[in-house]
Amino acid sequence: MAKTIAFQLNGRQARVRVDDPEMPLLYALRDDLGLRGPRFGCGLGQCGACTVNIDGEAVRSCITPVSTVAGKRILTLEGLGAPGKLHPLQQAFIDEQAVQCGYCINGMIMQAKAMLDGNPHPTEEQIRQELGQNLCRCGTHLRIVRAIQRAAGTVT
Amino acid sequence: MKNISRRQFLEGSGSLVVTFSLGALAARSAAAAGPSKAALPPLAAKTVAPDEVDGFLAIGADGKVTVYSGKVDLGTGVRTAMTQIAAEELSVPLASVEVIQGDTLLTPDQGPTFGSLSIQNGGMQIRQAAATAREALLVRGAEKLGVPLTEVSAKDGRIVAKESSVAYADLVGGKELALKLDPKAPLKDPATYTIVGRSVQRLDIPDKVTARFMYMQDFKVPGMVHARVVRPAALKASLLSVDDREARKVPGFVATVRKGDFLAVVARTEWGAIKAAEAVKASWSDWEGLPDQSKLWEHVRSTKIVRDDVLQKVGDSAEALKTGKAVSATYDFAVHTHGSIGPSCAVAEVKHGKITCWTASQQTHLLVKQIALMLSIPEQDVRCIYIEGSGCYGRNGHEDAAADAVMIAKEIGKPVRVQWSRADEHGWDPKGPPTLLDFRAALDAGGMPLAWESEIFIPDRPPKFAVPLVAAQLAGLPADVAHPGSIHQSLAIPYGIPNIKATAHTLAETPFRPSWIRTPGRLQNTFGNESFIDECAAAAGADPIVYRRKLIGGDRRGLDLLDRLVAVSAWKPRSRDAARTGGDVAVGRGVSYTHYELVRTYVGAVADVEVERSTGAVRVKRFFVAHDCGQIINPDGLRNQIEGNVMQTVSRTLVEQVTFDRGKVTSIDWVTYPILTFPDLPDVKIDLIDRPNEKPWGAGEPTTAIVPAAIANAIFDATGARLRSVPFTPQKVLAAMKSA
Repeated sequence: MAKTIAFQLNGRQARVRVDDPEMPLLYALRDDLGLRGPRFGCGLGQCGACTVNIDGEAVRSCITPVSTVAGKRILTLEGLGAPGKLHPLQQAFIDEQAVQCGYCINGMIMQAKAMLDGNPHPTEEQIRQELGQNLCRCGTHLRIVRAIQRAAGTVT
Repeated sequence: MKNISRRQFLEGSGSLVVTFSLGALAARSAAAAGPSKAALPPLAAKTVAPDEVDGFLAIGADGKVTVYSGKVDLGTGVRTAMTQIAAEELSVPLASVEVIQGDTLLTPDQGPTFGSLSIQNGGMQIRQAAATAREALLVRGAEKLGVPLTEVSAKDGRIVAKESSVAYADLVGGKELALKLDPKAPLKDPATYTIVGRSVQRLDIPDKVTARFMYMQDFKVPGMVHARVVRPAALKASLLSVDDREARKVPGFVATVRKGDFLAVVARTEWGAIKAAEAVKASWSDWEGLPDQSKLWEHVRSTKIVRDDVLQKVGDSAEALKTGKAVSATYDFAVHTHGSIGPSCAVAEVKHGKITCWTASQQTHLLVKQIALMLSIPEQDVRCIYIEGSGCYGRNGHEDAAADAVMIAKEIGKPVRVQWSRADEHGWDPKGPPTLLDFRAALDAGGMPLAWESEIFIPDRPPKFAVPLVAAQLAGLPADVAHPGSIHQSLAIPYGIPNIKATAHTLAETPFRPSWIRTPGRLQNTFGNESFIDECAAAAGADPIVYRRKLIGGDRRGLDLLDRLVAVSAWKPRSRDAARTGGDVAVGRGVSYTHYELVRTYVGAVADVEVERSTGAVRVKRFFVAHDCGQIINPDGLRNQIEGNVMQTVSRTLVEQVTFDRGKVTSIDWVTYPILTFPDLPDVKIDLIDRPNEKPWGAGEPTTAIVPAAIANAIFDATGARLRSVPFTPQKVLAAMKSA
């Protein structure tokens, strides 16, 4: 009993046909819509690798049923910016070389994007707290914080 | 004729003989290499022999250079560093070099990517190949230009004479170099470097921050189906029965695969595979072969010892221990998991009896052997192609996921993607083994050590470097014996003590499949060594850096390193424990040092910690690191690695331990196996000692080795309590303060 779910994805209309409306959004984005930004890390909402922004909020797509996003605005790392027109966060992550393996970086950037939308000039402590539920195993934390601080200087 | 002789050579040297259908694979390999598809040279002639320049390098008709590296980038930046090394030595622009990594059909076997050896060994092989090629190009260029060899130089991909020049591409473009790698080919003078030694930005980062990078988890092949493995209820439980009636109702269900105790379900979609795995009802036998975790160290101590290896012997420690002031301590280090953020993933395809496996394995050449062994097929019928996955810090689950995928693909005759779940990764990756360490010393009247004895209890190390494939074990197929890596390393100490004996007791068994996890053994052994030397210094009432300096003796680089550490940390010498603050928060600093494996990187650290007396909570505020790994290829890349070493190991030291019941691992997610994150991690200040004229040594691991002792010694400085058991949980800190 397939069902079609429509939403706005990175500024364009998108629709997916799913057998199971309880399927997490992550699989719709990665497997049906071919995106690479949101990443599978735990499927439990514990690590943040799958983070996307839904109506401006940072959300864990691995535990968000696809049926709940009908009609909503979804932004992924792909939609944030691309080579030639990088978002200030993406540019700042390059400038600070704030990546090791980079598997968590989607979540770091999308979490930071939602934070900066509400608080354009966070302190270092606020950034550390805001990212407290985003896990990085390579130990890139200091650079990630600096990158967000750098971006915050340019984001209006 | 030439190809025939090359093939004979390959067979003679035991290397992989090329027997694949090459056209299709070349296209695949280009896709796997990443977004910028390098123009590959003709594959039919591609040698992987490590003594042939063509094994490592190809210069295309367009002048582009392709480097074939058996060492792979695990997220450490090694690909960028290899690009720098090759571009520098060949005198070509950085942008004209592309690196292909870990494809067993194309890249020489340079050994697994482990042990902080990628630059030190792998990179230096590539540097030597590039130097050999450059020297030959100089000769060929001089001939072509009709000028004496002394009048040409190599610059920007051209051989340049006074009034003329010729491009490399016009000398060899698209053809083989056909040169034996000359181990004596002269290397460039580091004083002339323009690419090596610079903080070149990493080549992968732009794609990684724009979601264009293809990780292993993103890789697809046409017709691919998705599988999930259903793991046994206990590590060695037997599969009694399977009822897959509910699983078959999942839309897109393809198959249930059972081989012995190996059980997997396959579906057309990833979500279908997940649901089918949840729906399948499997009945498992009871198995309770794990030790009681609360008595883990008694278990380790009572495990049968199969061999003793004396790793360092100076003088007569047994006799000397009868004299002077006795100091002794026992340390232990918990079982750790790798904790890669992305669980392991692999894709496998079987066509005409040949297996291709795309994998994030750190050891594709070894994996070929292991898969061939598992399936009892010739090694030539297996090709493994590296695609970068989530960071791995040693042999984690990547190889096992690869074996899962191969096993399933072979059974169902379709290309298969296997994605491990979080519980698979935490529960089934091989583990850093539990390590127990005993120390004894005798101090003379001045407090200096007369004798030093150390003993470690570690799993056995058979001759082959392999961790067995879990799929092979479960399916009852041939598998290697477990091997945890050279975990006896770094027990020998960098100190001149007149009587020393360091002994490794190798044990007949260990609770989990043992593996290497960042700084395997060196971490545990250095924790013991550097904690115990601090205990000796404290017993002597000596400043711990002054004490170490006396023991380092004439090792100039070691002394320089400690001088730089003193400066970067603004260390204040003290003759006894610093005054401790009276409030609830005690503040302290500790130092730790190592000369890695006694033969390479020198690194020292100072940790600043706060200890909350009422709760036992430890907060590491700052780390200062002085680091000498010889010639630095990329200073910022090196800093990134050192920071990562510190962050990861502060987490391992303070909070991490695998928990288990009698049958299985119970720490199977990030709640039950927490790691530290932003609010709890320290600032790091690093002083890099660059020695451009020295060999480049490894940096992926050495800093990790010194982190736990620096923290333990700082906690002692703050509270007078010795933490001798990793992790330093609040309960252990409270207990240690009580008995201090």
